[in-house]
Amino acid sequence: MNKQIKPEAVLDRREAIPHIVGDHKDFLIVCGLAGTAQDIADLTKESANSFIFGGAMGGALMTGFGLALAQPNRQVLVAAGDGDVLMSLGSLATIGAHAPKNLAILCVDNELYGETGNQRTHTGMGVDLRAIAEGSGIKCAMEIRHASQFGEAARALRGVGPVFVLVKVDGGPSRRHPRSWDAVDRKLIFRRALLGDNPPDGK
Amino acid sequence: MSVQTAWQDDLYEVLRKSNVKIFSYVPDGGHKTLINRSLADPAVEAITLTTEQEGVALAAGAHLGGVKSVLLMQSSGVGNCMNMLSLISNGQFPFLTIVTMRGEFGEGNAWQVPMGQGAPATLEAMGVKCLRADGPNDVVPCASAALTMAFQSRMAIALLLSQRLLGAKAF
Repeated sequence: MNKQIKPEAVLDRREAIPHIVGDHKDFLIVCGLAGTAQDIADLTKESANSFIFGGAMGGALMTGFGLALAQPNRQVLVAAGDGDVLMSLGSLATIGAHAPKNLAILCVDNELYGETGNQRTHTGMGVDLRAIAEGSGIKCAMEIRHASQFGEAARALRGVGPVFVLVKVDGGPSRRHPRSWDAVDRKLIFRRALLGDNPPDGK
Repeated sequence: MSVQTAWQDDLYEVLRKSNVKIFSYVPDGGHKTLINRSLADPAVEAITLTTEQEGVALAAGAHLGGVKSVLLMQSSGVGNCMNMLSLISNGQFPFLTIVTMRGEFGEGNAWQVPMGQGAPATLEAMGVKCLRADGPNDVVPCASAALTMAFQSRMAIALLLSQRLLGAKAF
């Protein structure tokens, strides 16, 4: 990490996330709820390689891990906010313990519960999710606070997993895209694109 | 004090014949055979969890990727799964869990009673249909039915292995 970067520098999520994710077609994407869901819905326009939560907070990491187990030859990206990851700290331990090579986590950390009135989360009170990820056995765990680190983050997400990239963003808004709330429809679109008309576990 | 009996191996065979490839679990004595066999089987993934709700979300991801999975837990873990079952219900994901029951027939640890007694009602409230095996001869037919209902009819199914079947732990 560049030592000249002031640790307090933070990013605009509307710029940082597209730069860090890059070509989303490189991944199968599972995305947690709230602002990160908006960021990813806008980036992908809800393409068939993405499944985006609208509830079941704390589930995105493990759904991504299940997908990574089922599709060992595809790179799986989980995007989730700090609130979502804080609700699933045990999942970092599970992922660290099993060390899936094809799973990368992008945590968009604004230190706020943005959907419920911008209440402060634990990450604004001294909790370091990057250190927790590293302590959970995720050896490639980095924090991104400056645009000069975008390339490093983009490469890490495409590298050998498990990977944890924490991007520190300010309290500003997400990009917006009118996303679907129909999980059945999104599930079927995802599976048909990935598995074809006759998937191995039935239609 | 668990005695390995034939139905436990038969249960593993039924799951594998149906091509279940991911076994996620929070350990329980009653699941010892399934856990050990899945750990020893190079064709499956055996995933230990920190809490049962992780296995619910894992099952949805496995299905997105075209693989059948099963979640193994004891009845106290049912309570840890509740809101994550929204994902299963709302997305109509196939879901199979095998639950070893505590807090019922001959239970000697009062701490196990509330969640054990509450497990079937709370599962049903979240849209998970319960099948119950009370004796060794029930296990394989119930498991076969559960597999068909979950993966062919896209239902959420809990196969409850009763405490009468497993034997109450001595305290």
